[in-house]
Amino acid sequence: MSDLLAARSQMALSLAFHIIFAAIGIAMPLLMVVAEWLWLRTREEVYLMLARRWAKGTAILFAVGAVSGTVLSFELGLLWPRFMEYAGPIIGMPFSLEGFAFFTEAIFLGIYLYGWNRVGARAHLLAGAAVAASGALSGIFVVIANAWMNSPAGFEMAGGKPVNIDPIAAMLNPMALSQTIHMTLAAYAATGFIVAGIHAFLLLRDRKNLFHRRALAIALTVGGAAALIQPLSGDLSARHVAQYQPAKLAAMEAHFKTQAGAPLTIGGIPDEERGETRYAIEIPYGLSLLAFHDPGAVVKGLDAIPRDQWPNIVIVHTAFQVMVGMGVLMMGIAVWGAVSWWRRRALPDGHWFLRAVAAATPAGMIAIEAGWVVTEVGRQPWIIHGVMRTAEAVTPMPGLIVPFILFTLLYFFLAAVVVWLLLRQVTASPRILAGAERGEERKIKEVGLVA
Amino acid sequence: MSLETIIAGAIIVSLTFYALLGGADYGGGVWDLFARGRRGAAQRALIAEAIGPVWEANHVWLILVIVVLFTGFPTAFAAISTALHIPLTLLLIGIVLRGSAFTFRTYDAQHDGVQRRWSYIFSIASIITPVLLGVTLGAIASGTIRFENGLLRSGFIASWLAPFPFAVGFFALALFAYLAAVYLTLETDDARLQEDFRLRAIAAGVAVGLLALVVFLLSKDGAPSVRAGLTASAWALPLHIATASCATGAFYALWARRYRLARACVAGQAALIIWGWALAQYPYLVEPNITIQSAAAPRLTLCLLLGALAGGALILFPSLYYLFRVFKGGAAFAALNGGEK
Repeated sequence: MSDLLAARSQMALSLAFHIIFAAIGIAMPLLMVVAEWLWLRTREEVYLMLARRWAKGTAILFAVGAVSGTVLSFELGLLWPRFMEYAGPIIGMPFSLEGFAFFTEAIFLGIYLYGWNRVGARAHLLAGAAVAASGALSGIFVVIANAWMNSPAGFEMAGGKPVNIDPIAAMLNPMALSQTIHMTLAAYAATGFIVAGIHAFLLLRDRKNLFHRRALAIALTVGGAAALIQPLSGDLSARHVAQYQPAKLAAMEAHFKTQAGAPLTIGGIPDEERGETRYAIEIPYGLSLLAFHDPGAVVKGLDAIPRDQWPNIVIVHTAFQVMVGMGVLMMGIAVWGAVSWWRRRALPDGHWFLRAVAAATPAGMIAIEAGWVVTEVGRQPWIIHGVMRTAEAVTPMPGLIVPFILFTLLYFFLAAVVVWLLLRQVTASPRILAGAERGEERKIKEVGLVA
Repeated sequence: MSLETIIAGAIIVSLTFYALLGGADYGGGVWDLFARGRRGAAQRALIAEAIGPVWEANHVWLILVIVVLFTGFPTAFAAISTALHIPLTLLLIGIVLRGSAFTFRTYDAQHDGVQRRWSYIFSIASIITPVLLGVTLGAIASGTIRFENGLLRSGFIASWLAPFPFAVGFFALALFAYLAAVYLTLETDDARLQEDFRLRAIAAGVAVGLLALVVFLLSKDGAPSVRAGLTASAWALPLHIATASCATGAFYALWARRYRLARACVAGQAALIIWGWALAQYPYLVEPNITIQSAAAPRLTLCLLLGALAGGALILFPSLYYLFRVFKGGAAFAALNGGEK
């Protein structure tokens, strides 16, 4: 393994690991706060228990997210010192702001987790809201920096060095808006579906447990709403990619030949040598419509991009299909739930619905991972699109396979422990039964608690 | 004072907070390893209770150091992370293990065997991480990291695998343990626990003194220009007098069981040590090639960064005050508030 590949692998591993905890760290506090707010409003014990339970899970996940995020901030320099030397003054700004958002998040999470009996009810709820808001803000700042790598702005090149640096213009780079919306919604959708999936699974085994029923309702509302809006943001993202990163769009769609009225390629196996995609379903004019909202628009194919500037087509195309597929799955479930709510004022609670939700547990997180593969691998061979190649940015440090192996072992160990601890939490779920049969749930106050 | 210097000062301010707050959390891990005897479990519980609500917030000071460094002084950040790749990678592994083991211990089964396993990882990582932090700072101060035309000439090992950086590493460890022991005397009303940590504090204070001497002796070859700054500058004597007063005051206060005074003294001592090093190294960010001026980002970036720091501080300090007020019962600020009980 070359040092460049080892560095890229270590960065990919660190991001793939951290993004799970970061996404959950954005959305979980919202679920927790909604539950606590419902507790304060209805005084139904089950919501308080839910908030406390979710807070425990959040505590574990946030801690691992905090330390793995620290690793990333160092790795920017440890693996890509030349990138940081170049990009630091241009795009360090959102990272600095993220530092303060992270501060707020950590401070108020401490108050939230340890302060149940130390601060008033309202202050406690507000602390949770501060965690939720600053968590979302942290994510947005980091994604702004990533968007800048895709559509660099706020500087000019002179003699191989950036001059006339304008950090504000860099933050307002063209991709920033679509990427931050897309990632933030993805965090809510993925987390909502994970939580909903776990509670749906437990509900299948214990249909009368109100604890899981309430949890499912909150998680599915948050996750489903995000999944329903996500296609709009996906549309915006696709148009931005078409405009600013034609090579990435061509790779996502395995679109080899520049043409007007380009078809949308679904599935298939791209063959880079022959420049064609076999076994794919093609929807006429689909790509031109998606990318430019015009069936006759010319969409640049890979033939318009020099061969040494192609990303890996197979990986990017496959990852994109996976992301969209998972998005469609979540959207379908969200529509199912929404229609039922529309007609009956209740979530469907039949076996099939619960099974579908349980099966979709990892869908959002898979979509996030696949989406990051699309955006990161799709940008290659550039670390800063059109400006600096990844190979130019890597550290001169030899033997990079060693830290890569160390972090791989460390992260697999941590992942195993986290899964184990969360399973323990889940299997120890409380059992709360409604006072009467057939879900007269408002009588919860009279209800006994079976732990 | 130039804009560059103010930003560099902000880095040192963050580093000082990291040492005084985050450092003490590592120190807590050290004392977790040495918790023993009849009150071993009580000592551990006290440490966990003291660290639990605040360690994540305290940890963010380090992230602030890093982001301000790479935004404001990108060349220095690139140089440090290239030359010190190995100790920094080990430092990160320590940070990851310390934080996760502590959290896992809190939320895993309250079963002795399980708890002991996480305690070991937590406390060993709490010992190794400060040493590596000190090694990194020692190497930066040593003047052995050399670049020519942007290329690292001094190799990836020689600059940090040397007596001076390691002496600084163990000094940092002792200092953090000292801070923790002193702070812990104020975290409990149990006089026996207070006494446990009072004795530990005195022992750690002695270790800090001895290691300070070792660092000073080794600095002759290990970090000659910082040593020159610390001995020959106009500010050197007043600084040493102030540091020595804090050190003596801390010992007196511990002896007399005046713990609030002890905490103020030991925090002052630690802060003065950091600022003494920073002043002695000024204007170098990395001895001997990289200065605050040469590594600085363009002016507009620095202006905006300063604005962000000022704006961030307006949110940060009230929030931090609230956090410590809630969990440290206002005691943490007693020194500032004229010793209110």
